Amino acid sequence: MKNQYETVFIMTPVLSEEQIKETVGKYRNLLVEGGAEIVDENKWGMRKLAYPIQKKTSGYYYLIEFKAEGTLIAKLETAYKRDERLLRFLTVSLDKHAIAYNEKRRNGGLKSQQKAAEKTAEKKEEFIKQEELKIEE
Amino acid sequence: MANDSEIKFLTPIKLETQRKKYCRFKKSGIKYIDYKDADFLLKFVNEQGKILPARITGTSRKYQRKVAQAVKRARHLALMPYVADLLK
Repeated sequence: MKNQYETVFIMTPVLSEEQIKETVGKYRNLLVEGGAEIVDENKWGMRKLAYPIQKKTSGYYYLIEFKAEGTLIAKLETAYKRDERLLRFLTVSLDKHAIAYNEKRRNGGLKSQQKAAEKTAEKKEEFIKQEELKIEE
Repeated sequence: MANDSEIKFLTPIKLETQRKKYCRFKKSGIKYIDYKDADFLLKFVNEQGKILPARITGTSRKYQRKVAQAVKRARHLALMPYVADLLK
């Protein structure tokens, strides 16, 4: 029986666009080859971390939602652990309420979503400004 | 000599009437608490980033467990801090 899972991983900010694509592609392949069915993908992009991890203050977030056999998760997580390009990862299995919530979210049926989107946009702008300042320095 | 019973107030003294606490998840029918929504989870932590007890927020036992789980997941993904000062 296939369960539905959701996995988020944070890549180091030092990667180039291509390296990011390659890393994401690697995990997507791993999932598909393992017999998983990808339901949704979401790139959150560069975000500021709430606390430093490996002396990095920002990271590139990526989320994949998929249906798979439970045995695939162990393989995925060992691949995560061996990857030095990742700062953090989290895989959770979704119950029926979570699946319903995610579907609603995907279809834009959540009120909080619009507000959240505005907020993240603001944060991103701030973040970019800060980065620019750093570069100037 | 006026007795105690004879002391009368023009307006009745306002006793602090406590509003009854309720579980916001039960009331509004929220079934799943998303760990990705850090702004929402901020309502359930104090300014140091500690999870508030159900005693204060009024959340039911069932949903308090889910709130705690979501906050811990958010912390792991660095969406929320483990320790903070003046979070709000």
